Amino acid sequence: MKRMVVALVVTLALAFVLLLTGAMLELGPVAIDLRAPVAAHLAQSGVSHPVTAVLLNYRGYDTLLEIAVLLLALLAILAVVGDTAATRPMASHPVLQMLARLATPLMIVVAIYLLWAGAFRPGGAFQAGAVLAAAAVLLHLVGLLPGWSTPGLRLRIGLVAGFALFLAVATGLLMHGTLLQYPPAAAGVLILLIEAGLTVSLALILAGLFLFLAREEAA
Amino acid sequence: MTLAFDLLVALSLLWCGWHTLATPRLDRAIVLFITFGLLMTLVWARLSAPDIGLAEAAIGAGLTGALLFDAYGVLRRRSAGP
Repeated sequence: MKRMVVALVVTLALAFVLLLTGAMLELGPVAIDLRAPVAAHLAQSGVSHPVTAVLLNYRGYDTLLEIAVLLLALLAILAVVGDTAATRPMASHPVLQMLARLATPLMIVVAIYLLWAGAFRPGGAFQAGAVLAAAAVLLHLVGLLPGWSTPGLRLRIGLVAGFALFLAVATGLLMHGTLLQYPPAAAGVLILLIEAGLTVSLALILAGLFLFLAREEAA
Repeated sequence: MTLAFDLLVALSLLWCGWHTLATPRLDRAIVLFITFGLLMTLVWARLSAPDIGLAEAAIGAGLTGALLFDAYGVLRRRSAGP
């Protein structure tokens, strides 16, 4: 009986795969092709990399909500973990600690480069923030950085800074017309400002996903 | 040459995906998941989407891998404890 069920499931799955492959091979032309408009308005967007232009100018609203969602996820974790004291992790081998100490400044430089490069080549706030967060996780794993307990005022400000800055710029622009419609002359500076704030907050949020949870295991 | 490389990456991706799900050992599954993420980065780069590749490498393979390993450590300590 069980064997028959397995055979049925496998057959159905294979049929589904075949169906999907068939559908993929017969994909029609794209209904809306936005490549030409994106390229045409690139000069007014303030950046010269199309992906960054889409993320922070044409579809800035999406990115605003994205950082809000990440912040919410961290708040949910803080609510679940509760109020336990942070404990220092066990110090690992000195060679590992030395390597982590050497790697961290390099990772910070790479993060700043990614942030800066986002305007004209692949890179940007999310990648830069992820690299910074990875540096913090690395330091935690070798025992140099203790897990975070209840966030203090400075950490709280850092966590919400990116979202708050983004929201402030959006509201400021709302006074002059549409939400998140940058004036072409100031677009480059505004995008860099928002991305810098996003990098700091994203790094803290992503590292927080790890470091706020890390304190529980030692208890 | 590029076709051979693409086929190789695609096959390794499928192999990694299958073994991530099929292996009974959690630690091995996590390592395979990270490998899957890194191979996925290569695929994104080959599809000329380096932006997604960067994000995949940093968040998908790096941070998620570390989180999964952390969770695995907690699970093991709990089952070894009282």
